[in-house]
Amino acid sequence: MAKDHVGGSEDYEALIEEVLAAYPAKSAKRRAKHLTVAKATEEEPDATTGIASKCDTQKSNIKSVPGVMTIRGCAYAGSKGVVWGPVKDMVHISHGPVGCGQYSWSQRRNYYIGKTGVDSFVTMQFTTDFQEKDIVFGGDKKLAKTIDEIQELFPLNNGVTIQSECPIGLIGDDIEAVAKQKNKEHGKTMVPVRCEGFRGVSQSLGHHIANDAVRDWVFDKEDSEAVKAYEPGQYDVNVIGDYNIGGDAWASRILLEEMGLNVVGNWSGDATLAEIERAPKAKLNLIHCYRSMNYICRHMEEKYGIEWMEYNFFGPSQIAASLRAIASKFDATIQENAEKVIAKYQPLVDEVIAKYRPRLEGKSVMLYVGGLRPRHVVTAYDDLGMVIAGTGYEFGHGDDYKRTGHYVKEGTLIYDDVTGYELEKFIEKIRPDLVGSGIKEKYPVQKMGIPFRQMHSWDYSGPYHGYDGFAIFARDMDMAINNPVWGLYDAPWKSAPEAIAAE
Amino acid sequence: MPQSADKVLDHAPLFQQPEYKEMLENKKVKYECGHPDEMVKEIGDWTKSWEYREKNLAREALTVNPAKACQPLGAVFAAAGYEQTMSFVHGSQGCVAYYRSHLSRHFKEPSSCVSSSMTEDAAVFGGLVNMVDGLANTKALYDPKMIAVSTTCMAEVIGDDLSSFIAQAKQKGSVAEDFDVPFAHTPAFVGSHVDGYDNMQKGILSHFWEKAERTVDGSINIIPGFDGFAVANIREMKRLLAEMGVEHYTILGDVSDVYDTPSDGEFRMYAGGTKLEDAKAALNAKATLSLQEYNTPKTLEYCADKGQETAALHYPVGIQATDEFLMKISELTGKEVPESLRMERGRLVDAMADSQAWLHDKTYAIYGDPDFVYGMARFILEMGGQPKHCLATNGGKKWAKKMEELLASSPFGAGCQVWPQKDLWHMRSLLSTEPVDMLIGNSYGKYLERDTGTPLIRLMFPIFDRHHHHRFPTFGYQGALTVLVKILDTIFDKLDDDTIIPGETDYSYDLTR
Repeated sequence: MAKDHVGGSEDYEALIEEVLAAYPAKSAKRRAKHLTVAKATEEEPDATTGIASKCDTQKSNIKSVPGVMTIRGCAYAGSKGVVWGPVKDMVHISHGPVGCGQYSWSQRRNYYIGKTGVDSFVTMQFTTDFQEKDIVFGGDKKLAKTIDEIQELFPLNNGVTIQSECPIGLIGDDIEAVAKQKNKEHGKTMVPVRCEGFRGVSQSLGHHIANDAVRDWVFDKEDSEAVKAYEPGQYDVNVIGDYNIGGDAWASRILLEEMGLNVVGNWSGDATLAEIERAPKAKLNLIHCYRSMNYICRHMEEKYGIEWMEYNFFGPSQIAASLRAIASKFDATIQENAEKVIAKYQPLVDEVIAKYRPRLEGKSVMLYVGGLRPRHVVTAYDDLGMVIAGTGYEFGHGDDYKRTGHYVKEGTLIYDDVTGYELEKFIEKIRPDLVGSGIKEKYPVQKMGIPFRQMHSWDYSGPYHGYDGFAIFARDMDMAINNPVWGLYDAPWKSAPEAIAAE
Repeated sequence: MPQSADKVLDHAPLFQQPEYKEMLENKKVKYECGHPDEMVKEIGDWTKSWEYREKNLAREALTVNPAKACQPLGAVFAAAGYEQTMSFVHGSQGCVAYYRSHLSRHFKEPSSCVSSSMTEDAAVFGGLVNMVDGLANTKALYDPKMIAVSTTCMAEVIGDDLSSFIAQAKQKGSVAEDFDVPFAHTPAFVGSHVDGYDNMQKGILSHFWEKAERTVDGSINIIPGFDGFAVANIREMKRLLAEMGVEHYTILGDVSDVYDTPSDGEFRMYAGGTKLEDAKAALNAKATLSLQEYNTPKTLEYCADKGQETAALHYPVGIQATDEFLMKISELTGKEVPESLRMERGRLVDAMADSQAWLHDKTYAIYGDPDFVYGMARFILEMGGQPKHCLATNGGKKWAKKMEELLASSPFGAGCQVWPQKDLWHMRSLLSTEPVDMLIGNSYGKYLERDTGTPLIRLMFPIFDRHHHHRFPTFGYQGALTVLVKILDTIFDKLDDDTIIPGETDYSYDLTR
């Protein structure tokens, strides 16, 4: 299995050229703008990572090239799949044909506590299951009736969201009118979301549209019982952009509470509608997945004067830095508590690093994921002595790439909206020790004999956030790389003739 | 602090630790504004009542937890069964990400497929440019021998015309004029994945057959249908045909190698599949046999129009269904069913006789694709089990009638209800009010197992939460043995679980059963 081994930024530049050569001219020109190598920069190194590089020289957040096997999803996936789907006490209707809701059903592992089908509805698939007549005559009546039936059969739901699939925007349905009418009739929150899959260029616009729907259809409801019953306190914070994948938000919440903060809302993993309604009354918004929820944080800052800050709970270096940065927004008590929390977990961190770092030191990693992870998880690998060879975003924007310069060193390969062809060639040539990406990439990479972890779903493991999550992360990376199966790929009789020939 | 490097706790035990339980209780009480526990309990009990069942069955607009997917998924699956073929789905790109993920999660294999990535401008102006550029890119990057085009609902709603678009793309040089680009319109708002399978099969065959001259050659064609166990089932079928000495046959849409490639250092984007030459020559076959009637109505009609004899089965699992398969093959090819297969049959009957006391009168609920439910119900009847609920979200009136006839043919079918176009939330009501011993379905059934305590047997696509079942056949006598053992294991495991308390129930915890 001897393959060319590429290393260093010059090699990467050549590799990019080689990959682009396979495209027809028009597409090669378009794709060239998305592939680059992290450059040197004059900027000051990041205080926590000590790194500064320039990663935003390429284009991002533009249309995918047809026919190239983009890994991206759609606006519906961004709204239903990411932002709204995890809100547990609301029913989310996949409005349109059956497929979208079916394929996204229970696939994101947004953990929650609740009686599913009674007071919680996350791992269910509600759909209007459009038929031809709904396309021809419009689906508003069916939607109205669907909402009525939901009220009858699932009376403990605290609201309904309407997640539009492609046809809705094309046939001219007025889901906003239906939502308003049903809100009047049932007295519950109804949220129409215009997240048709053809809108925008990726999941990203779906996040934005979903954020806007929170602003327009949830906030500022004067008759909200949840808001009336809530007395704001000086240590109240919201965690924004943690979807509780494999319990991430819980492993984060425990740290924030240990340092004396009250997490009044967690968006949107394990969230209730009340946690969203009350958010504008908190003191501070802590944002983890910047890409998917910065919009609503900016809105809350403008309208309600709530400050927001980004933090990173992947890996102990960033966790400690984040805990201190968060504490610095509060008084001395909280700051002391933060130090206590860091000290409390230090022995665990030391044990984990002592056990796993020797097994992982120097191993190279290529990442291709969405949201915050192409940069945020980098330091968790750093903490284990692992090295990032390449990284890229499915649906990042310029601001994501700019921030990436604080995490990856000059010479790192950067790929935006990578295609199946490019990723396969990059991996084949670089042959990293580990690839972290999604389910669609998992099996091709493993066939090549390269260890892989799904870094969207944590490969059915997790949590990876927080100190408790770091132990699991380290264990998982170790078992992926050091499993004996990778040594069994070559049949012994296949290598024998070469040995004879060499004699 | 619960976590340690010595023994790393995963999510399941981690969040059961007192620190986390306290934290979650605090969250619930202080911040969630949920309903009182008594009310949740009361409503939860009500959802399992007859009163709720009546309301639930009266639903007209809402679908909850359906057991079906949309057409393009079936089209992608069908196209994957042809030699070096890339599926190209015209429309929004997110759909393709979903099909690929869905297939990969079931087969634990790569699933390659491209999209024409249409966005707002294409919604206004149509997706011709996307087709023209897309076909050229796909050909250049992935070197397919054939590109099979289907559609998402977006392209269907705006009315893009595939035939004309592909012709224009060829004129513009995206691919050569003689490059194979079969297509099928696969609207997600009509039918389900089994119809998408049918449409794509017809699309591919008509692409090769439409202008060709038919010269009957005595071979036969077999169409397997959409099947999560296709990898092993197609291989098992080939073995049966080899046992019979049948050589002149073509499997149309053979995914057995595509979704089961080896790990040896090479990623094979394409593997195996029906040779394009064979697909062309299949026009000359004497007959086409579909293993799943409801997967192939249009395709079989097309074959019949071309002068072929056609026949359709309903997922050949169990004794009689396998008998019929073999006898049909025998009838079409003139080859006798060999003694070796009579022995296999006898061994299966032997196993069923050995275990009959444990199987007799056991009750079942079965859901899934129409042919699967029919085939499985028939096998259950053969073992003296009683199907009580047979449900297919994508089953229609004709299917229901056929099911009724099957059930009427056996005393064990008495009292079984057939539920076309119902979903798994309906099934929840059925299992709560009229419980059964076992549920046969797919991974989604685990929620029914949790809510109603009915043990689930996973025999239908998709299976996400158990590995590698699809590598073992369910077709034929050998396959039936696998199914039989899964059922028996479920029965015995349940019995052991029910009798495992020392000094209380373990007098029945028998060593030999």
